[in-house]
Amino acid sequence: MPAIVVENLGRTYQVYRKREGLLASLRGLFHREYREVQAVKDVSFTIEEGEMLAFLGPNGAGKTTTLKLLSGLIVPTSGTATVLGHVPWKREDAYRRRFSLVTGQKEQLWWDLPAQESFRLHKEIYRISTEDYHSRLTELTELLDVTELMGQPVRELSLGERMRMELIAALLHRPDVLFLDEPTIGLDVISQRKVQQFLRKYQKEQGITVILTSHYMKDVEALCDRAIVINKGAVIHDGALAEIVDRFSQHKIVELHFASDSTPHGIDRYGVVLEDRPPMLRLQVEKQKVSAVLSQVLAEYSIEDISVSERPLEDVIAELFSAEGG
Amino acid sequence: MTTSTSYSFKENVVASARVKWLILKTAMEERLVYRGDFAFATLVRFLPIVTQIFLWNAIFADDTDLVLNGYSYANMVAYYLLVMIARAFSSMPGLANGIALSVRDGSVRKYLIQPVDMLDYLFWHRIAHKLVYYAVAIGPFCLVFWLCRDYLPGWPEPKVTIACICSLFMAFLIGFLIESLIGLISFWFLEVSSLIFVYMMMNYFLSGHMIPLEWISEWIPWVNYLPFKYLAYFPAAILLGRIPPDTLVVELTIQASWIVVLLAANRMAFHYGVRRYGAFGG
Repeated sequence: MPAIVVENLGRTYQVYRKREGLLASLRGLFHREYREVQAVKDVSFTIEEGEMLAFLGPNGAGKTTTLKLLSGLIVPTSGTATVLGHVPWKREDAYRRRFSLVTGQKEQLWWDLPAQESFRLHKEIYRISTEDYHSRLTELTELLDVTELMGQPVRELSLGERMRMELIAALLHRPDVLFLDEPTIGLDVISQRKVQQFLRKYQKEQGITVILTSHYMKDVEALCDRAIVINKGAVIHDGALAEIVDRFSQHKIVELHFASDSTPHGIDRYGVVLEDRPPMLRLQVEKQKVSAVLSQVLAEYSIEDISVSERPLEDVIAELFSAEGG
Repeated sequence: MTTSTSYSFKENVVASARVKWLILKTAMEERLVYRGDFAFATLVRFLPIVTQIFLWNAIFADDTDLVLNGYSYANMVAYYLLVMIARAFSSMPGLANGIALSVRDGSVRKYLIQPVDMLDYLFWHRIAHKLVYYAVAIGPFCLVFWLCRDYLPGWPEPKVTIACICSLFMAFLIGFLIESLIGLISFWFLEVSSLIFVYMMMNYFLSGHMIPLEWISEWIPWVNYLPFKYLAYFPAAILLGRIPPDTLVVELTIQASWIVVLLAANRMAFHYGVRRYGAFGG
């Protein structure tokens, strides 16, 4: 049964267009020009219960706006959506008790107090029984390695520690749906890995439905099997994460290990040299030409080892977005 | 996956009371974090009353029997002391600005995604601020009143005391609802500091904070039809016996009506404001 159903969802903003200079500012006092920006247009998809889906796209593509629509923060200008059978922007308490939104911003914690005070308030707001509250809190603080930090004011925590506390606040009431908007943004590698590992384990154990937006492809690859790629407000891909490379990458990587200690001159006629570390050389070759290139190279040079691989997802996504003008 | 739970009326009431209590407790803890700033701000609030007393002392210095528009020097001092009490209930420093800031920087979303009522949450948050303020300010208040005891009219009748307590509580509600309404206007304009400035000015003149309201109402009779007079003048005037007993209930009813009107305006502003909300700021 689908947990999230989105049909032709659209959101348009009216944005004040300010021209440059003081004169334009004065003119703006009497007459203002507005333009319409379609942040999300005609977006449709469904997500099954327990699925973890990546939402990919360049800045301003409409990912966060879609999450805001699904969490009921904003009202759409067109289309419909239901999450767990609720229309999000009606903001019914019954719905708000069943989902969480985590963004890179300070969100739910009281800044000047230790996080445990905010958690206690969450216990009451979400009507968590005392027994459940203590067992969940112990479990989450241990999993996220923040037990020692519970008594420290939130403002004194590092960004990574704060993000882990935000995750606890978001998960204490055991939401059925979790929206994660760039949860590892600005975190160091260790914190990123901790959050990733935690999310993977937690999602598997609890079977919750998750939508994740992230610019870190490592997050996405570690956590999601399915991805929706969105650009300029519209969905351009909805399918398995692995398909993205297959569908959008025009190239493959050919790695050659030559028998001699050096790499030959003129090899760049077969593709773009990505790395030249004799006796190893990595070439980016057009997909359709891979077999031809392999046979020619094998015939021409003395080669000890050869391998063909897909391009990293990150590169494909970057290429895709720059080609789309995102 | 769990399904949504339905709660009985009693469960809802108990759970709601527990949330309010915890907001109150947590906000009080938060208020006590910055002890130095808080203590300083509390004490500084007494300075204006001292300067007011000196000012009126200078005005009445040449003629101690002077009665100005029905107020002797003793009446003036008593009036300002009681206005100070009323304002301790009705002033809401930072409320409107805080709401506007949360709309601008996106932190208002916490009230939208959690199963809480934003106005209710802010209300209990504000009560916590006030309780902590009273706990700290009660000492200086008592000292000032004891030093000025000769100017005060003496203990009022129980009926008047009850009316005054009611009017103080309603002054708190009106002050809260006006400022929260101004804050909610930020859903349309984002920046409301000019509106807050205008409100502060009007409050200063039309609530009786600057001079007793009878003096203004001679020139501007419609001042009595505005909610501002209930923020400072009205509770003070009750204790000073300036509200005729036969109109006391009517006045209290009008004050309560303003609460209903402002509450409805707040609910409407929130309902339509949230629909306009763009959730900028991440």
